[in-house]
Amino acid sequence: MTRADGWLLAAGALTLPLWLQSPYHLHVAIMAGIFGVLAMSLNLLLGYTGQLSLGHAAFFGIGAYTSALLTLKLDWSFWPALAVAVALAALAGFFIGRLALKLRGAYFVLVTISFAGVISLVSINWIELTNGPLGLPGVPAPALGPWSFRTKTAYYYLVLAACGLSYLVCRRLVMSRIGRALVALRENEPLAESVGVDVTHYLVLAAVVSAAMAGLGGSLYAHYTRFVSPEVFLFTYTVTMVIMVVAGGKGTLAGPVVGATLFTVLPEALRAAASWQWQMLAYGVLLVLLVFFLPRGIVPWLARVMAGSQAPAEPDSPTIRR
Amino acid sequence: MLAVRDLAVRFGGVTALESVSFEVRPGSITSVIGPNGAGKTTAFNAITGYLRPTGGLVTYDGAPLTGLRPSAIARRGIVRTFQKTSVFPALSVEDNVLIGLHLRGTAGFFAVLAGGRRLTAEERALSSQARAVIDFVGLGHRRREAASALAYGEQRLVELAVALAAKPRVLLLDEPGAGMTGSEKAVVSGLIRRVREQGLTVLLVEHDMRMVMGISDTVIVLNGGRVIAEGSPAAIQAHPEVIRAYLGASAGST
Repeated sequence: MTRADGWLLAAGALTLPLWLQSPYHLHVAIMAGIFGVLAMSLNLLLGYTGQLSLGHAAFFGIGAYTSALLTLKLDWSFWPALAVAVALAALAGFFIGRLALKLRGAYFVLVTISFAGVISLVSINWIELTNGPLGLPGVPAPALGPWSFRTKTAYYYLVLAACGLSYLVCRRLVMSRIGRALVALRENEPLAESVGVDVTHYLVLAAVVSAAMAGLGGSLYAHYTRFVSPEVFLFTYTVTMVIMVVAGGKGTLAGPVVGATLFTVLPEALRAAASWQWQMLAYGVLLVLLVFFLPRGIVPWLARVMAGSQAPAEPDSPTIRR
Repeated sequence: MLAVRDLAVRFGGVTALESVSFEVRPGSITSVIGPNGAGKTTAFNAITGYLRPTGGLVTYDGAPLTGLRPSAIARRGIVRTFQKTSVFPALSVEDNVLIGLHLRGTAGFFAVLAGGRRLTAEERALSSQARAVIDFVGLGHRRREAASALAYGEQRLVELAVALAAKPRVLLLDEPGAGMTGSEKAVVSGLIRRVREQGLTVLLVEHDMRMVMGISDTVIVLNGGRVIAEGSPAAIQAHPEVIRAYLGASAGST
């Protein structure tokens, strides 16, 4: 992608509320943005360090609950609540990252699933705090001075800013020696260690940043839907994130954003076009086709197509697997 | 100076290293040879932290290395390569070497997020260092290619480049010439000599006797987890115990 394409995309994203007429379309755009943040978060772990976290909804849920509880029970305003939500999710990421050092691959996957399961059970059973399965209604909309983010258009820009920030963080990290260290651990851990890459440090760092971003997504979700329930820990959220990352292109910067957009818009588009059964069928068939024909994801495939006849295409970052 | 004292490694009931002691003179090329299963690679793994020895001590300039993680040992300037070809396959030769330069960089998490001129300058400096190392091993024309796309001999050179990028003071090479053609081995031998001229200490495990005898200052012979001989290449070639270890008992006994 050239610089001009990038500016065009940014301009498109910034003016989107002008193009979208109905609030429903704007709602889809907001959800795509929130899932964009979540997918970027998962990609940092799955795409760059190669560790699959199937409990990512836990960090999302921790962010959502923390933010909701602080604003509801302690009357905090949105911004400090958001900061604490991100920090708490990061702390959880720290512990999971420490665990990841002892457990890799399938064992790490199991631990993350269990972690999400435990956190979910806490949210259901600690009724005094979380109101149990009934959830917490009435989460306030954020405000900044005199402006409220009550309208969809305003909230869209808030989510867009979060998306942009997350993308920037990922981009800076990936294109630095930190990103190279993460990829080195994914590609060949013993060799990475032999040249001084500290496994502990970098796996924990990736887990913390990833969890913090998921927490950010969770907080944004809570204050958008204005309601948090144990459903935020549902396994489907994690699976959706994984689909977005894998279909978009794991280990690429744009992949999760493309994946999140596609897999938020698509089910909604199908909903309008067909009955429920046909929707699920079409969704499933598309997923199988994607994995079958574009195993590395949409973005790497697009990069190759656009490079066309030119000699081997340059990746848009030196450490990105194509 | 790298010193190994009474190093012992046991896997359950199997003794891989019984009690190995040797010193590697700074600025020398020292080879470790021995029949298969003599414990050469085990010794390498124990020295570089990939294996926790059952007993004994490894020190560098008097400071103990035993018990440190491999990355911490690399930080002290002791860098190794692996017997089986070990590169970052999906990454370009340049990225491979840039990872090797990891410890040359200083930018931490917040510096990276903040960006700025110093970060850009550091990245540029790392790139030019990477280029220099790649040119040194003669892979300048392959810089942009994925390591996995390279021929076997070239991949071994990438491996060497990655290790050299880490700016070692002691370089441990595990069979750098294995599986290479004669002319490729000559290239590797030449590189090892040039590396030594730059002041590095080289410790290598190698099976190719012509290569070992051609470049080593000192040769250490391992057999059955013990050092059975140590000396100049000429002395080793004439050593009766070495001949016995390599050719069998009857050949050595006259």
